[in-house]
Amino acid sequence: MAEVTNSEPVLRIENLHKSFGHLEVLRGIDMEIRKGEVVVIFGRSGSGKSTLLRCINFLEEPTEGTIELAGIRIGGGHRTKHKRDEIRQLRIHAGMVFQQFNLFPHMTALQNVMEGPVIVKGIPEETARASAMELLAKTGLADKAEEHPIRLSGGQQQRVAIARALAMEPDVMLFDEPTSALDPELIGEVLQVMKALATELHMTMMVVTHEMGFAREVANRMAFFHEGMILEEGTPSEMFTNTKFPETRKFLDAVL
Amino acid sequence: MRTEETGSGPTRAPSQPEERRPGFRERAELASQRVPFRIKLAVVWVGIFTVLGVLFALAQFDTTWLADHFSFIALGLPWTILIAALAIILAVILALLGALGRLSKNPIAFGVAGFYTSFFRGTPLIVQLFLIFLALPEIAPEGWGWLGDRLTLSVLQTGVIGLGLNYGAYMTEIFRAGIQSVGHGQREAAEALGMTYPQVMRRVVLPQALRVIIPPTGNEFIAMLKDSALVSLLGSVAGQMEVFRRAQLVGRADFRPLEAFLVAAAIYWALTTIFQYFQSRLERRLSRGYVRAAVQRKTKWVPASASGSAGSGAMQVEVGVEDDEATPGPMENGH
Repeated sequence: MAEVTNSEPVLRIENLHKSFGHLEVLRGIDMEIRKGEVVVIFGRSGSGKSTLLRCINFLEEPTEGTIELAGIRIGGGHRTKHKRDEIRQLRIHAGMVFQQFNLFPHMTALQNVMEGPVIVKGIPEETARASAMELLAKTGLADKAEEHPIRLSGGQQQRVAIARALAMEPDVMLFDEPTSALDPELIGEVLQVMKALATELHMTMMVVTHEMGFAREVANRMAFFHEGMILEEGTPSEMFTNTKFPETRKFLDAVL
Repeated sequence: MRTEETGSGPTRAPSQPEERRPGFRERAELASQRVPFRIKLAVVWVGIFTVLGVLFALAQFDTTWLADHFSFIALGLPWTILIAALAIILAVILALLGALGRLSKNPIAFGVAGFYTSFFRGTPLIVQLFLIFLALPEIAPEGWGWLGDRLTLSVLQTGVIGLGLNYGAYMTEIFRAGIQSVGHGQREAAEALGMTYPQVMRRVVLPQALRVIIPPTGNEFIAMLKDSALVSLLGSVAGQMEVFRRAQLVGRADFRPLEAFLVAAAIYWALTTIFQYFQSRLERRLSRGYVRAAVQRKTKWVPASASGSAGSGAMQVEVGVEDDEATPGPMENGH
């Protein structure tokens, strides 16, 4: 997987700060994600991992700093009409998978996956349906296409959510603790789909997770978050064998 | 004393087989418990109407007059229903706009919606009707006669606009609560797909909010059917009179207020009872759609414990309902 480190950067995060009132959650993040790279972000809860992902697609407004994705460059600060339009454009290039799945309960699995392409991109319904079915098949849910989310297990719901994000053909997929809300026996099926995404589709991915087995197997790079900063980053083998900081070691010992 | 009693207890116990004969009152209570509640309730209703009937008879209730004039009053029904139906449509539109305004960060939208709800909830409906009917044309400045003419509304128009504005202000809260009942994650998921605000609302939030909004809106409609009687106080146009106006007209003309207003009351009562019936059926249908899905899911493969962690707010509501229907569930699935 070494070749991806030389590919072009897809996502650039520069000097990203985020404060909630007086609480500074992100204290200057600089990252570059290259095409096809899988970056696992880990660290204690409250260290700013989720906030980073949410700032990338502007679900949270960064206090300072810029995000550049697919040639769209947006800075933090107040929103104008123009900026809102740009944010929408940027979001189309960033697929997001949430901890709580957030599927639309009034739509079937298939409708959930078709919604973005049809409503946002204006793709004809028949075309969207065909590619949505393809994606559901890829995530192993072809037979669940007509079911509503309420009748799917947590693992199945999260796989539909992944298909929904993929349907927009994003440049990067953001996974915000995708398995944290799942019962233990359902985690494997979701990780498997994510792994296939990385190895077969060479999708660029940013994954906030505590699943260190997944990180070891799939990630090109791991970044340890500590108090709103990246304390250290490196390849999984570097991280697991010789960490530079005692905080990282302590955290890894706790979750491994 | 105590030791003595406990000591003698075992010896005294067998010497108490004496059977106690229940008194009349007790026997009546026991007999009453064998009668189903529904039957008793029917008896109570019959009793109420008997008493009322006797009272009317004593008041020399004129049934022949009633028979002659019932249809005249009842002919106001289409107008009553028309006013209420048009007004509820207007109210729904205003309530939606009002709720979006109250939830908006735009100061104009927020402020206008705030003024609207505050004024129309803070003043009596009858005052609003008179303002619209009599005072509105007066705002046209001197020489702007055409504007004054435009603002001079008919009784029917005033009724629809007045009731719509007033109920829309109250229903703003219903719509706001409905929109807020949709979990925040839903909006975020829609935004993350790149949807615009109108798309988020139309495709994701409002369809889910409707589940919460529809039942109380039905109740508002029923309340509006009754409040449409206030329109009669504005006067009348021949051929456009609603129920209460007609009752006033014939009741006063023939000095038969008791008969006329009782007929009007009975008509409103029948009308609201019918709509209440449809309303409760609607509510049951809205909840059933969720229940059936939940029951099948439960029997299909998910352990009951997993349903709690299933996620969004809407699902938690359904899990609650699922428990009530747990018994018929397996039967439904059996065949």
